Amino acid sequence: MARFVKTGKKSVKAISTSSLPDIVFMILFFFMAVTTMRETDVMVTVRIPDATEGKILEKKSLASFIYIGEPLETFQALYGTEPKIQLNDSFKEIIDIQDFIAQEREQLNEADKTKMLVVLKIDRDTRMGVVTDVKQALRRASALKIMYANTNVDQITLHQ
Amino acid sequence: MADIAFLLLIFFLAATTMDSDTGLLRQLPEIPDPNVPQDVNQINDRNILEVKVNKDNLLLVEGELTEFSQLRDITSRFIVNADNLPDMPEKEIVNLPYFGDVPVSKAVISLQNDIGTKYGVYIAVQNELIAARAKLRDDLAKQEFGIAYERLDEERKGAVDDFYKVPISEAEPKRIGEK
Repeated sequence: MARFVKTGKKSVKAISTSSLPDIVFMILFFFMAVTTMRETDVMVTVRIPDATEGKILEKKSLASFIYIGEPLETFQALYGTEPKIQLNDSFKEIIDIQDFIAQEREQLNEADKTKMLVVLKIDRDTRMGVVTDVKQALRRASALKIMYANTNVDQITLHQ
Repeated sequence: MADIAFLLLIFFLAATTMDSDTGLLRQLPEIPDPNVPQDVNQINDRNILEVKVNKDNLLLVEGELTEFSQLRDITSRFIVNADNLPDMPEKEIVNLPYFGDVPVSKAVISLQNDIGTKYGVYIAVQNELIAARAKLRDDLAKQEFGIAYERLDEERKGAVDDFYKVPISEAEPKRIGEK
């Protein structure tokens, strides 16, 4: 029995922190590898619709983003609650799309100009009137490759 | 050392996002040149599946009120036209690589919406149409090559695409159904 009786004070050794930098660097490299830089602050509420057939956007550098939705609460005093179009970091109108596309196209390499893709991030409750106007503007700007952003799900439930 | 690493880590956590974007890829038609005369009615009516979503988000297929859940079935049945019905799309014998001379359906899907249609519903309908076509292509790939469509090489993919071409066209917008 004597074996189980603890004798003397138990000394608690401090955990060695010498490997802490290694661990933190590991986490750091993980995040550097799997994430991408945030480019714009979205100023509208966009709950993108569900779909089952969405394809992954592979070359983000070729993509330009157009956001359409209700302005966030902080902007509602100024811009109201009707769906607005956001290009880069400001609210714009339909007529500004042509300039925006020209500008975005200018930033691409000569070889990539034909591969330009416009990603439409549109709130699911937006009426199609605005969307159609934007699509027509894109056609006029001859940015014909578009992508309707969605979240991929297994089964669609309609929010009518 | 650990402090510096933590600092960098926190910077990356704040400045980056992790989500990858997914979406439905579509090609918009070019604006028709007003100087070039347009061929009107060049597509035979029996080849067009008219899908319409009205301002109350109700689905009309060929003018008839239809449940959303049936759309995928109706679309694939229309494209295939297994019984060669006279009011369904005609077929044209086309010589395709890997397939030889095969009857190819000339089906076209026309999607229309009102100005007041909800975007979410429009995308759901669009998704069903794309899904119906993708299912037919996948079935064909499995039957012909024994592997899923996604894993075919570009040439075989092209042949399968040509078998079920089925363009999904978005009609010129009409400003009706304003709320």
